Order: sequence, then structure tokens, then C-alpha cells
Amino acid sequence: MIPKRIDSIRFEVLSPQEVRRMSVIKVITPETYDDDGFPIEAGLMDPKLGVIDPGLKCKTCGGKAGECPGHFGHIELAAPVNHPGYAKLIGKLLSASCRECGRILISDEKRNTFIEEIERRKELGQDYDEIVKEVFRVTKAAKKCAHCGAEQLPIKFEKPTFFYEGDHRLTPKDLREKLERISSEDLPAYGMSPTALRPEWMVLTVLPVPPVTVRPSIILETGQRSEDDLTHKLVDIIRINQRFLENKEAGAPQLILEDLWELLQYHVTTYMDNEVSGIPPARHRSGRPLKTLAQRLKGKEGRFRGSLSGKRVNFSARAVISPDSNLSINEIGVPSFIAEELTYPLFVTEKNIDEAKEYILRTEHPKANYIIRPDGRRIRVLESNKEELAEKVEPGQIIERQMKDGDVVLFNRQPSLHRMSIMSHYVRVLPYRTFRVNPAVCPPYNADFDGDEMNMHVPQGLEAQAEAKLLMSVDSQILSPRFGGPIIGGIHDHISGLYLLTRGERKFTWEEVMSVVKTLDVQEISRKEDKKYWTGKEVFSMILPKISLQFKAEICQGCEVCKEEDCEFDAYVVIEDGNLIRGTIDEKAIGAFKGIVIDEIMRKFGSEETRKFIDNVTQLAVRAITYSGFSFGISDEEIPDEAVKQIRNVLDKAEMKVGELIKAYRENNLEPMPGRSIEETLEMKIMQELGKARDRAGKLAGRWLGMDNSAVIMAVSGARGSMLNLTQMAACIGQQSVRGERIKRGYTYTNRTLPHFKPGDLGSKSRGFVRSSYKEGLSPVEYFFHAMGGREGLVDTAVRTSQSGYLQRRLINALQDLKIEYDGTVKEQTSKMLVQYKYGEDGVDPMKSFRGKAVDVKRVINETILKEKR
Amino acid sequence: MDYDSILDKYPLPKSTKEEIKNELGSMKVTKKLATKIVENCYKNYLSNLMEPGEAAGIVAAQSIGEPGTQMTMRTFHYAGVAEIDVTLGLPRLIEILDVRKNPSTPLMTIRLEKECASDRKRAREVANRIEATYILDIADISTDIRNLVILIDLDEKALERKQLSVDELKKKLEKSLKTDVEEDGNRLIIKSKPSYKALMDTLEKLKKLVLAGIKEINRVIIRKEGDEYVLYTEGSNLKKVSKVKDVDFSRTTTNNIFEIYEVLGVEAARTSVINEAIATLEEQGLEVDIRHIMLVADAMTSDGELRQIGRHGVAGEKQSILARAAFEMTVNNLLEAAVRGDKDHLSGISENIIVGQPIKLGTGDVELITKLKK
Repeated sequence: MIPKRIDSIRFEVLSPQEVRRMSVIKVITPETYDDDGFPIEAGLMDPKLGVIDPGLKCKTCGGKAGECPGHFGHIELAAPVNHPGYAKLIGKLLSASCRECGRILISDEKRNTFIEEIERRKELGQDYDEIVKEVFRVTKAAKKCAHCGAEQLPIKFEKPTFFYEGDHRLTPKDLREKLERISSEDLPAYGMSPTALRPEWMVLTVLPVPPVTVRPSIILETGQRSEDDLTHKLVDIIRINQRFLENKEAGAPQLILEDLWELLQYHVTTYMDNEVSGIPPARHRSGRPLKTLAQRLKGKEGRFRGSLSGKRVNFSARAVISPDSNLSINEIGVPSFIAEELTYPLFVTEKNIDEAKEYILRTEHPKANYIIRPDGRRIRVLESNKEELAEKVEPGQIIERQMKDGDVVLFNRQPSLHRMSIMSHYVRVLPYRTFRVNPAVCPPYNADFDGDEMNMHVPQGLEAQAEAKLLMSVDSQILSPRFGGPIIGGIHDHISGLYLLTRGERKFTWEEVMSVVKTLDVQEISRKEDKKYWTGKEVFSMILPKISLQFKAEICQGCEVCKEEDCEFDAYVVIEDGNLIRGTIDEKAIGAFKGIVIDEIMRKFGSEETRKFIDNVTQLAVRAITYSGFSFGISDEEIPDEAVKQIRNVLDKAEMKVGELIKAYRENNLEPMPGRSIEETLEMKIMQELGKARDRAGKLAGRWLGMDNSAVIMAVSGARGSMLNLTQMAACIGQQSVRGERIKRGYTYTNRTLPHFKPGDLGSKSRGFVRSSYKEGLSPVEYFFHAMGGREGLVDTAVRTSQSGYLQRRLINALQDLKIEYDGTVKEQTSKMLVQYKYGEDGVDPMKSFRGKAVDVKRVINETILKEKR
Repeated sequence: MDYDSILDKYPLPKSTKEEIKNELGSMKVTKKLATKIVENCYKNYLSNLMEPGEAAGIVAAQSIGEPGTQMTMRTFHYAGVAEIDVTLGLPRLIEILDVRKNPSTPLMTIRLEKECASDRKRAREVANRIEATYILDIADISTDIRNLVILIDLDEKALERKQLSVDELKKKLEKSLKTDVEEDGNRLIIKSKPSYKALMDTLEKLKKLVLAGIKEINRVIIRKEGDEYVLYTEGSNLKKVSKVKDVDFSRTTTNNIFEIYEVLGVEAARTSVINEAIATLEEQGLEVDIRHIMLVADAMTSDGELRQIGRHGVAGEKQSILARAAFEMTVNNLLEAAVRGDKDHLSGISENIIVGQPIKLGTGDVELITKLKK
């Protein structure tokens, strides 16, 4: 079946005739329900307007609640009222057209040239706002009508809906008369379409009443009815409208009528938009501003962004996530509670009818929950009716069976900043209540396990399942399209685990090796009788596919001359034909974002092999680190007294130097740096000095802690933390800063940060230098400054997330319609505008590119030569 | 060996051809093998191409937006030139994509013609012609309220440094203040109209008067880079700098993209957007493929004008009413569309999502239907 498509949607202004034509009822009473709770006829809840109560039938179309879309009614306004959204435009039109004859204030020739230009631009798909603006500018300047020669008084528009001609106030009735005189032939010059509207329609004489389905009333627990905001507003309008009518018929004085007219205008204005500037918003009894038409459409939770561009879905689940290295990266552990609730459709055919029956008859986990019959009826499968249902199963029905192992599902973590935020996984039904994932997929989701929750969606169509498997699987997302490198890889303990395993020549006995690799997906391990020990590197080689590589590891010290294979730190990695010969495996090799080994396997063997490798890496690493044991606590940062003394020395010296700098500054002996004032120079020099001191203290601490310290291992291997974190824990926290400067705020009047210091004190202590380490603890003053710096960080992140979120929304909105065409060009979909002749100037997919290059020439050459040799 | 004859047969990108040539040049291969290698390179190239229907725009937007969360917010002092503050990180990226007319830290890099580039003194001369000089830079001023005159005590050293002569100065002051200036040794005396207010007005005017250089450029710093002197300026005015003598305009640039657009045109603006965005991301240590940034820059410049990403640019000029309404200013867009009698042809993404139809991207773009044989 070829689905029907909407070709286009045309936008026009509703004419009064159209409003009356589509109306099923003229609403005249402001009352909604009578004392018995029945809707009053010709009231706002008239049953002809549609049904909301289940069980009742629509009096217009006979449909039940849910079937009947509702029907419009209308209110005949006793006096015309301005449409608030078009008030500004009305003002412009009045200024541009003759006050007497209604023609445009410029000559026909001039008008025609404008219209021609507008038509031309329309045809080209260009914006013609500028020309319209020019028309309004030119006509506003005209003092006399080019057609009848009448003098033109200036039209003044006052927000939100008032108009004056000279000093004379124009009522909506006057406006309507003036607008009626505007010639349809002039409209194109104002950028308006004569087929879409007549200008006088912008002054309302009749108001459409939306169906009750649009403004359903809710019944509170107390049994009281609570009406929708729109209904409230409509009641107001009708009430004033009726009062106006009565007064007019009774011949009330003009003054009272005008007041009522203005009130009617107010109610109509707020009915359309309750946030118009210049008038107070209409409020609910509780004081809450009413949510009227414009508010329903606008903004994030409005109709467009909240209900049309994004929707709530069924077949989804949300739970806390937790790690499980024993799962493959493309699997997800689904709690049995969820698996029993969510279903997968089984489309019954002649071929699988037996399978379908089996599901219906089952009493345990993968059983059928519902059966959907071809007429759309949904029947719950119960213990009592399953036999009967199994009997009646026939092709065309859909069995909704419970989710089971091997089903494909989508997994998502918000914020969904890139396409790797939603990937498909294969289900593994597991006990307990959390989603389980392999920790290697944390980087693309940007997830951790400190309480993060994630969403799971079950694709219900065959196409959706196929696309999920082929396009969205974790395997296919190992490389990031952002930079063409791996985004999935080892993290934290995977890195420190393999680091511990492969560093140096650690030896393992056969039993030890087996205890580490027993669960791995390794092809075969030959046991040579004469071999007593296996090194960690050999163990790692067992999971390595046949690749050859050479690179510098993360722990590389950056020596001036690289000794390469003779590296004393074991930092030069050599892999030959799938064997790790030399070097230590760390972040550079298998880490997410960096992982050179992962990148290499991906390019050489593809995603399937890479997935297996990452699975193996995570398991091997966890086993390895469990085998040796690894822990960390603040007591690991204990450094001997001697070291403390050395650090204190370094800091003392630095503080002395700072004192000297301040002294030099006070004696005016400080040479300013080019382009900086003396004060700035002093600040920069002090910051520099103290920064250096902290680094030196950190180096000292690092040296005393040694390479076997857990924190050092984590920092150098790239698993977690940095040497700076270490420094702050063991040696010295360092300068606290606000806005990139030393802390200077506080008592501006005495020029000191806290009353603990002398006025004008520029010393390190009084300007937020924290001498202590986290281990030692901070003094009260230090603690305060540290909190200042910390607070800035928090504010910074909060501001940043909102700003970058908006930036991304704008980027997406601007670029969403760009598509690669079959000829390799990039075009904008709506205007068919050519954006690029060839995507990225070479047409290469950044994901498949080799570090930005179109072709990995070296690899091709090597592979070609190898092939030729054979 | 002549590899060009082999390479010419394959439409490979220039950079790849270059690399193949270099690689092959460093090793000795037979013609047959070379042909095979080039052929394989081409095969590899073809398999690396973007697939038709790919949502290149979305991928680019995500690739630039996602690292946004990881960027810093502050203005830093360091960016090659320690003396000048430069906006970096997220605020700078927003500035670039917004096409701000007045970026928060405009900066120019001015390179000089050969003769001046290696000579510090001559570089200084050029700098003087560029840097805005105010009266307070070269003199102390005081007012004599009794006689209602302004006294300017010139600092000879500063004058010399700025290469201004007293005569020149006098003429300049006379011309722009429209009063007589008397010379008294090292002192200039300006008489104002006989009122205290007039005196103060003249004083204010005097203080703001640009005596030499370009108004927008507050500071020029000379740095040696390799064997040439380069000028870095705080503030930017590409047009005026282009007319300064001894400036090598072809190697002079500014970080104010809008200025580049006005002076040099869209193509230059596109390049500038790419360069500035890449520099901003790189400085933050974020790796983003250049193709994504190119696409953004091309989308911003594709209709011949430099448009911003956002309401007043690319996103706001969308053809589709529904897409614009879903982005920003929902009500206004709908009201306006009704008056204009616009049609939404539902050709984009947002529109089709809104009406609940499959979108024309990726797998949704395929229009092939098979008739099943019975």
C-alpha cells in the first residue's frame, strides 16, 4: 500500500462567511451546564460541539468520544473588534492607503513596479520583505493621495489595539469601513495575497468557538466540573457581548456602550494572546494567568515544539543503569519486570502460526500479552481465555509477545546531543531492577552509574527493527562521525587493568592465565608443556586480532630523543601480527576517543571484530584488575615528613618571592610588561610564581608517591584523574581564582578580601592562595576562598549547558534540511538551494575518513604490496 | 617515474594524489604495481564517500553542538599573544555562528611589506600609523579656568616616539576643534569661547580626538615571528588598515568575520568562518572534522550573503512556515503566513514530522517500490 501524502498546506485568514459556514451552532448563553449537570443548548458546552464524556454521542455527527473530532460553533459579535495579532498590520495598511478612497497612496505605475519586483522574487523563492517594507515607507511619506488628492492625516497606532487618525479615535467599526475600501488589486504591494484574505477580515465580526474537544472540562475528585481556560475566556466574551447587545437595544448612553466595547475588545484580545504588552493578562480566580490560544502554541511545551515536533510514546521503559562487563557492548540487560510488560509484535502468518500458538499457551516469561485482531481490537491474553484464543489464532492477527533475549531495542540517554545518544542493543533479560550495560558504551551516551537513568524503546514495525539493527547498532557506531575515531572503548578500570597486566614482564602461571581468560571469546590457546610462565603481554596478545602497529603510549614521558623500542618506561608499543611485543597498553591503545588499537582493528577487520575485541578487553581488564587487586583512598596520598618539609620549603620560597614582588611594586621598581599596567604585571607575575610553586610541589609529591601508587597509576595510564588532581590531594591546592584573577572581591572600601587581613594586603594568603592539600585540610580562610572558586565553577557549568543547548538547537534547525543528493552535491531540501558542489570538497564521509584524510594511502600501499607478494 | 599519467585517470582529491605521489616517490615500485596501488586507492576512496540521502546537515550540527558542552566560558589572556585578551571557547563559537557585527575582542594580525618586516624601527613606524593616538598619550593637559584656556604640555619623548611634530599637531587641533591654537615653547594653548561650559566641551572633545592612527585600533603590539616583525592589534578595522602604507594586505587578517565579509566578500567570509571556528575548537582541544565546519560555513554563505545561524539568518529564512513556527516566534510566523497566503510544500524535515509523514532523508528518501509477484 502506498501511503497517502499531504502535498502542501495553504495558510489563509478565516473570513466571517467561512466561520459561519463551518459553524454548527450559534452560541448565545454564557452558561455552560444547568443545575442537573446537563449542558445548556446554545451554550459553550452544547452537545453539538462534540463529545468529551465517554459513552455519549455527538449530536452533530453521531460519533462517540474519540471518534468525533468536534465541531466549531460561532459567536456573533455585537460590535466589530480588532484581531490583536493583526493590529500592527492594520495600522500599517491604514497609513499606506488613502483615508478617503482607500487606494494605495502611490501612483499605479509605481505600485506596479513594486508588485512586479515582489512577483519576481516570489518566483525565485527569495525573501520580499524588504520591498514590502519599502512600500510602507514610501506610502507613509506621502502627504496626498495619488488618486483622489485627499489630504492624509497621520494614523497613530497605540498598543495593543487602539488607533487614532489625527486626534480622532478610530473605533474598530471605522477601521473596518476603511479596510473595506482597500482595493484587492493593491494588496500584492503590501505583501498580501488577495486570494488569502480581504483586509476587513482582520477586524472580527464573528468569532469561531472551538469544539469542546479542544477545551475539555475535567471533573475533579469532589465531583465538580473544572472548565478549561479557553472556556472561561469564551464565557467572558459571550457575557460582555450579550450585555453590549442588551444595552444597545435599550438605548444606553454612548459612554457606557464605549466602555463595554472596550471591554469586549480586551476579552477578545486576551482570548487570542494573554501576553500582549500594554494590557494586564486575564487571570484565573486563583491569580494564575490564563493559558489562551497563543500560549497554547508557543514555546517549548507549546503545541508545535511540545506536541507536534515531539511526542510521548508507548512501548518504552526507563530505569537506573548499572555496569556489567560480562555483557557484550551491543547487549543490554533488561530487568525481568520490564521484559514482562513490554511486548514485541509477532505478525501471524501461515508459517509462524504454531509459534504464535505456543506463545499464547505459555504461562511463563516469553508469553503473549495481547492479541490484536485485524479489526484493531486488542484482547488481553489471560489464564482463563488463552486456550480459546490459541484456538482462534489466524494469519493477519498480531500477537504481542513479551520481550525476550535477542530482540532489538533502542537505548537512549538524554541529553541526546549526537546520534550515538540513541543506539540499538540486543536484549538480555536479567533479574533485578536496573538496565545493565557494558561500561565501554558509557562515552557515547556520556553516562556514568551515579544514578543515571536511561530510556529504552521497543521498535514495533519490521522496517523499524531492520533499521535499528542495521543502522543504529552499537557496532556501527564505534567510530564517531565527529572526528572519525573510536568513541567506544575502555574506560577507567579497563585502562588501569590492562596497564597493570601488560606493564613490564609480569609473569603468570598457566592456572593464573586460565583464571583470567577463562570466559573470554578467544579462539585457541596452545599450551606448550615446557612453557612455565606467560607474561601479561602474551595474555593480552591472546585477544588481539592479527594487526601490526607501532606507537607511543599515553605514559610516554616525551623524551627529547625517543629511544623507541628501547624505551625505559616501556612506553613504546610494538604490536606485530597480533602479538604485543613491547610497550604498555593504556588509554592511547584502547581508550575511548584515543584508542589506536581499536581504530586499527576497526579499519582492518570491521565492526564485528572490533566489537568482539572490545568485549574481550573489558572482560580481560576487569579480571586482570580483580586478580591483582586495586584500591584507592585518601590515605594513599600519605607522604613522608621529609617530603612535607620539602614541599613546605618550596611554598615558603614562592611566598617570599611574592613578597618581594609586592615590595618592588610598592617601591615602584616593577617594570611593566609591554601593553600592561603595573598592577596587571604584578598580578600576572604573582600568579605565575605561585603556579610554578604548586607544580614543583606536585612533582615532589609525585616523586615520593612513586609509580606504584594507585592514583599515580590511574593518572599516568589515563584511566582517571590527572597529576594535577594528585598534586592537590597530596601537596598543595594552589591559587583559587574568580574570573581568571586572584580573588580580589570583598571589602572594596578597605580593599581587602576578608577582615582577617590588613587593608590593601596583596599577599598570597589574602588573595586566595591555598597552601594546604586536601589531605591536610584547609584553614577556614582557605576554605572560604576555595568555596568562592568552586561556586564560580558551578555557575559556569549551569550557564554553559543552557547556552550550548540553545546553540545546538539553532544549528540543528538551520542545517536539518541539508541532504546529500545522488550526484554527491549537498542541497537544502525546501528551497533546493545548492550548498556544496561536493560534500566537504571531496565527498568523503568524516566517519570513514582516516584522520580527516580521504584515503589512508599508507595502508592501501602496504596492503597492495602484501597482496602482490603472495 | 611519472605518476601523473596514472593518477590523471582517477578523479581522486588533490591532497590524496599529492600524498600518493610522495609515498610512491620515496619507494621504488614498478609501473604495474604503482597502477595497482592507485587503483586500490581509488577503490578505497569510493568506499569512503558519503552515501546519498545522508543527513549531512544534522551530523554537522551535532558534531559542532555536542562538544559545546565541554567548552569553557571565560576570556583568556593567552592565545599566542600574551598581551592581548581574546574571547575563546563557547562564547567565541557563538559569536562566530551569530555573525556578530561587533565581536567582543576584535583582533588583527598585520604583516608588513618585505622592507619593513625585518626592521623593527620601520615596523614601529607602521604601528604608529595604525595605533590610535590621543592627546593624553603625548601630553599633559590642564585647564586655566580664570583665563578660560586649555594648556597642553607636550611630552617631547612621546611625540618623538609617535613621530608627530608640533606643527602637525597644531594644525590638526585647529582643524578639528575649530579654534586657534597658540604655541608657546613646549606648550600649546587653546582658547575657548568665553564660557565655562564651552571650555569643558572643548576639553571633552580634545580628549576624544584621534590625532593619528585608526580610531578603532586601541593598541598595537609588535612581535617577532621567525625573522619578521608582525603587528597584533587590539581592535579592528580592515578597510582602513588596508590603506596604510607598508602593510602587506594580502597577509593581513582580522578575527572580525563581518568586516572580512564587507571588505573582501562572501568567499573570504566563508574561509574566515572555517578558520575561526577550527581555531576555537582546536584551542579547546576538541577534534572536529573540517568537513562539518565547511558545511556550516557553506550553509551560512550559500546565497551570496553572510547569514547567521538562527532566527535572523539561515533558520529564519526557511521556506517552510511550519518549520519556522516550530523554531521560534510561532504565533507571528503563522499570522504572517496567513496574510501572505503562503503555502507550505512539506518538503523539509520539521514539517513532515509535524504532519506525521515519513521524512525525506536517509531510508525515508528512497522511493523505490517493488511489486510482489503472486
